[in-house]
Amino acid sequence: MGDMPHFVETSTLLKPRPEEGPKDRTMVLNMGPQHPSTHGVLRLVIEIDGETVLKVVPDIGYLHTGIEKTCEAKFYQQVVPLTDRIDYLCPMTNNLVYCLAVEKLLQIEIPERAQWIRVLLNELTRLNSHLVWLGTHAMDIGALTVFLYTFREREEILRIFEAVSGQRMMTSYFRVGGLALEPPLNLFDRIQKFIKILPEKIDEYQNLLVGNPIWMGRLKGVGHLSAEDAIALGVTGPPLRASGVDWDLRRDMPYSSYDKFQFKVPVSNGCDVWARYIIRIEEMRESVKICQQALDGMPEGEIKANAPKVVLPDREKMKTEMESLIYHFKIVTEGFTVPAGQVFQAVESPRGVMGYYVVSDGTAKPYRVHMRNPSFASLQALQKMCEGRLIADVVAVIGSIDIVLGEIDR
Amino acid sequence: MTVPDKDAVLAAHAKNRAVASLLTSLPDAVLDAKFDRDELTLTIARDEIRAAASLVQQAGYNFLEDVTCVDWYPSEPRFHVVYHIVSFSLKQRVRLVAPVDSIDPSIDSITPVWPSANFYEREVWDLFGVRFNQHPNLRRIMMPDEWDGHPLRKDYPVEGYR
Repeated sequence: MGDMPHFVETSTLLKPRPEEGPKDRTMVLNMGPQHPSTHGVLRLVIEIDGETVLKVVPDIGYLHTGIEKTCEAKFYQQVVPLTDRIDYLCPMTNNLVYCLAVEKLLQIEIPERAQWIRVLLNELTRLNSHLVWLGTHAMDIGALTVFLYTFREREEILRIFEAVSGQRMMTSYFRVGGLALEPPLNLFDRIQKFIKILPEKIDEYQNLLVGNPIWMGRLKGVGHLSAEDAIALGVTGPPLRASGVDWDLRRDMPYSSYDKFQFKVPVSNGCDVWARYIIRIEEMRESVKICQQALDGMPEGEIKANAPKVVLPDREKMKTEMESLIYHFKIVTEGFTVPAGQVFQAVESPRGVMGYYVVSDGTAKPYRVHMRNPSFASLQALQKMCEGRLIADVVAVIGSIDIVLGEIDR
Repeated sequence: MTVPDKDAVLAAHAKNRAVASLLTSLPDAVLDAKFDRDELTLTIARDEIRAAASLVQQAGYNFLEDVTCVDWYPSEPRFHVVYHIVSFSLKQRVRLVAPVDSIDPSIDSITPVWPSANFYEREVWDLFGVRFNQHPNLRRIMMPDEWDGHPLRKDYPVEGYR
């Protein structure tokens, strides 16, 4: 490692604590950046005494691609594909929060149908993300079977995304001012079929895990995080609700017509990895209910806002009307200008509060785009959850906060 | 459209708990106030940011969502350090902005008030070069430790070689 200046000397990360006796009692262990249970390129420097964890220092930045800087050089619309790449497990949520922020800056009204389709696809994204989480979390603990089961269902969600946007993962389907295209004709039938079978599939995963003494033993009482600590350390989403704090932006600060849906917000006082597991499972069941309501009450109408200077005209109109052609040409070549101002828009992503802070200086390119990502903040609680526990519990705790390194490093 | 001035905005939000608390205890620290697109922005004097954060926290805004920075190069004060704080009980958000000039780009850390500011402030230091006084561990977080410069500054090029 001597010829790799990229690596920080681990001794500089951990300050010596003379009051704790001779230094050779403890050992410093490097976990990652290439480690299967860190879900990406997270490097943890762990100080251990025997098998007991004394200190965990996360070292991040291996996936830093400067997306915030890149955004400043793009037109507003061109930022949407970048947002997919931040949290690659919930691309639609990223698209949504960015579009909502710019729409708030522009002060344009989105048609109801577009809002409902956004909600429907966002809940499918949440299911997608939680299915990946469940599979990989179980795999980290040693239950390999569940992974194959969850990825079977996830495949159908990805096929739905492909049908709707042409892409399985990097969807870029939402646009500032609405949606890219009207969804294909049989899409809602397909989603209906999928969410009809999903609850029994969730029961199937539960049957594989709950009651298994190894699974229960590895999860129960592990990674304790009190409500006060969770708030102080910036933890949001399922880990926060598993610590007994009832806070869900979908219900408490509704966006994109979430206030028209009835759903429960699961909360638990367990404060451990087991509680986080239960919360996410319950969230999946609630997501299925929201999808069902969205399908039942899907309004008819437009999918794009009536804002010709912002929204690209329909293809047919562009070919037949001079005015539409001019707008099309102007928007594609010059972008659209956004009145000066700053907004912070936050939504409930599968991992917690995802907020976009967009500053406009009145030109066609954003002056500053900043993403507040849930995993980035939750990672700070790792030390609190792991200290004094066994080293094997670190893996369970990382799985329980469900980190995505793409959004941590951006 | 005329932009309402500071006093008008503060008077309109006199009942807002954060505004009330700041005006009672630190009236001189509030340099400006704006209400735009349903979002309240309070500009706070740089030296008073920790006291202001603490007051806002006591007023019921219990959760620090975000700390970031905007570089307004070449105008002065160049950096605006931005804090987004939300209240779980009031279901409201408030934005504090602290202007920092480029001669001495430093500000007090608010980690004593919210420990979660730790990573955010490291990120602002890394990408903007704004120092946070009394921060427990002010090291780079995204870029390699020996990196030269602060990439999100406006005088740092987006593409090509430096």
